[in-house]
Amino acid sequence: MIQISPHAEAALTCTLDERSLYLRRLVLGSVRSAGRGHVGPALSLIEMVRVLYDDVLRIDPKNPRDPNRDRAILSKGHGCLALYALLADRGFFPLSELDGFCGPDSILGGHPEYGMVPGVEASTGALGHGLSIGVGLALAARMRERSYRTFVLLGDGEINEGSVWEAAMGAAKHGLDNLVALIDYNKLQSYGPTDYVLPLEPLADKWRSFGFAVQELNGHDVGALRAVLKQVPAVPGKPTAIICHTVKGKGLPQAESNADWHHKNKLTDSELDAIRVAVGDF
Amino acid sequence: MRNTAMNMVHKLAGRDERVLYIGSDPGAGTLRAMSKEFPKRHLIEGISEAHIIGMSAGLAMEGFVPYVNTIATFLTRRCYEQVAVDLCLHNLPVRLIANGGGLVYAPLGPTHQAIEDIAIMRALPNMTVICPCDADEAARMMEQTLDWAGPIYIRLGKGGDAIVSKAEHGFEIGKAILMRPPGDVLIVTTGIMLQRALAAADLLAGQGIRAGILHMHTVKPLDTAALLQAIRGTKLVATLEEHVPSGGLGSAVAEALIDKLGSGLPAMLRLSLPDRFMHNYGSQDSLLKKHGLAPNAIATSIERALASHTSPQLHST
Repeated sequence: MIQISPHAEAALTCTLDERSLYLRRLVLGSVRSAGRGHVGPALSLIEMVRVLYDDVLRIDPKNPRDPNRDRAILSKGHGCLALYALLADRGFFPLSELDGFCGPDSILGGHPEYGMVPGVEASTGALGHGLSIGVGLALAARMRERSYRTFVLLGDGEINEGSVWEAAMGAAKHGLDNLVALIDYNKLQSYGPTDYVLPLEPLADKWRSFGFAVQELNGHDVGALRAVLKQVPAVPGKPTAIICHTVKGKGLPQAESNADWHHKNKLTDSELDAIRVAVGDF
Repeated sequence: MRNTAMNMVHKLAGRDERVLYIGSDPGAGTLRAMSKEFPKRHLIEGISEAHIIGMSAGLAMEGFVPYVNTIATFLTRRCYEQVAVDLCLHNLPVRLIANGGGLVYAPLGPTHQAIEDIAIMRALPNMTVICPCDADEAARMMEQTLDWAGPIYIRLGKGGDAIVSKAEHGFEIGKAILMRPPGDVLIVTTGIMLQRALAAADLLAGQGIRAGILHMHTVKPLDTAALLQAIRGTKLVATLEEHVPSGGLGSAVAEALIDKLGSGLPAMLRLSLPDRFMHNYGSQDSLLKKHGLAPNAIATSIERALASHTSPQLHST
């Protein structure tokens, strides 16, 4: 069974501020427009992506390919609605693009695509690829003596993939302290609980044993995320893993920890009403 | 061929600081001289091919030109999705140097025999597939890989393959080499099968049959123009490959002819390995011989096909 950490309990009861609610409105607006989308995996990610793009990444939306920018890869590509909301809000592309999500002329597909979406560093969606690409980016920074950092956002279900652990070994081998793995530990994957599908515990010990400096926190606590992410590397000479205890579907009571909201094909009128109650008009 | 290709990585690294060698767990001493001269660009990353492909993608995104090297089956079967998504979808200049293409690892059994690698690499958008015929050509080929825009799969034979290529033919990715002028039959071949095509052509000449040979070292993109030019006036197009019949050179040639000609197709004979795993060991030579790909068997098959087909007039495009 999953050990219920204080961070996980705190994630369940964490109160969201106005910006977090606003970003959720953007995500849910895309789902309403498209009639589809991975709701749960996006809502668990919002604060992680928000703190990264608001407070941590050295990026310039007007120059998205700046060689000195920090790199961020959403390895759990199905959570892309959270990323799209942040990129649009930060000015990488117009907010109006969000309404076209998954549409025939949209740049925004159900998984992020490199070259299509300004600010997207790699095409992801096939799980288990992002950390290896991140190792390559971080190694390149080391070899070129560049100061950019690389952040990779991973899903907890995603780390079922063996390639993630191959990448973890590689990152540790090279002592890539310019690489940060953020794990969205919402404890629910497509079929059901992670401890049923493929148990991950002891998760922090796993990352530690693979050579990472490990931090754990409530992944909806903006202040805690900010504090931890502004102090990477946690240990010089080691890559950092930040285990973010989150709630799948966070902020939408009927979706929270509910596998039925992993992916939604359409929202009913009653669901739309419930969303308005939860996050405000959207 | 393998040592030559490896040494070329070292040579290219000396010329261009973008060049990296990335091995999984290659034989002891692989590119030791490079590891001493350019230690930061000689990376041994362990038996973790899926990760290595992704890592090489990340490095290529930052301007490096990684040469990734391990056994052919592990570069193709094991990490196909990483090759498809990380390399091909992003169209990155990563070079996959595949040791033991075809039946080189015959004694090690089916897990190590790359008999369908051309098909699965050829199916990927943006992928280039090259099968040099000998060490000299491998060296000329490697010279051309520095600035090719997308990913390349390089299928290597083993050491000691007879040198049959000629320097005056040069090497250009995507440009087939006409080794012998078209005659009664055109043999289209790739990789080390060129040796056997030349020997078979000599045998056929003894029977009064003129055999042209088109060396298609680049299977993708296929040099369709050279193919159409070379089939003019021939009675038979015979493809020859160390590969299963599905999706390899023979398929590529047949597809190109159908796409370009549509009707009036030439008579074709596809000589390949059978559609099954090789459950015998022995040597590359012994398995090729067992499956009808020794020069005399090739010549006999072509002779029979020429005798049996009834449409001597080929489309002349």
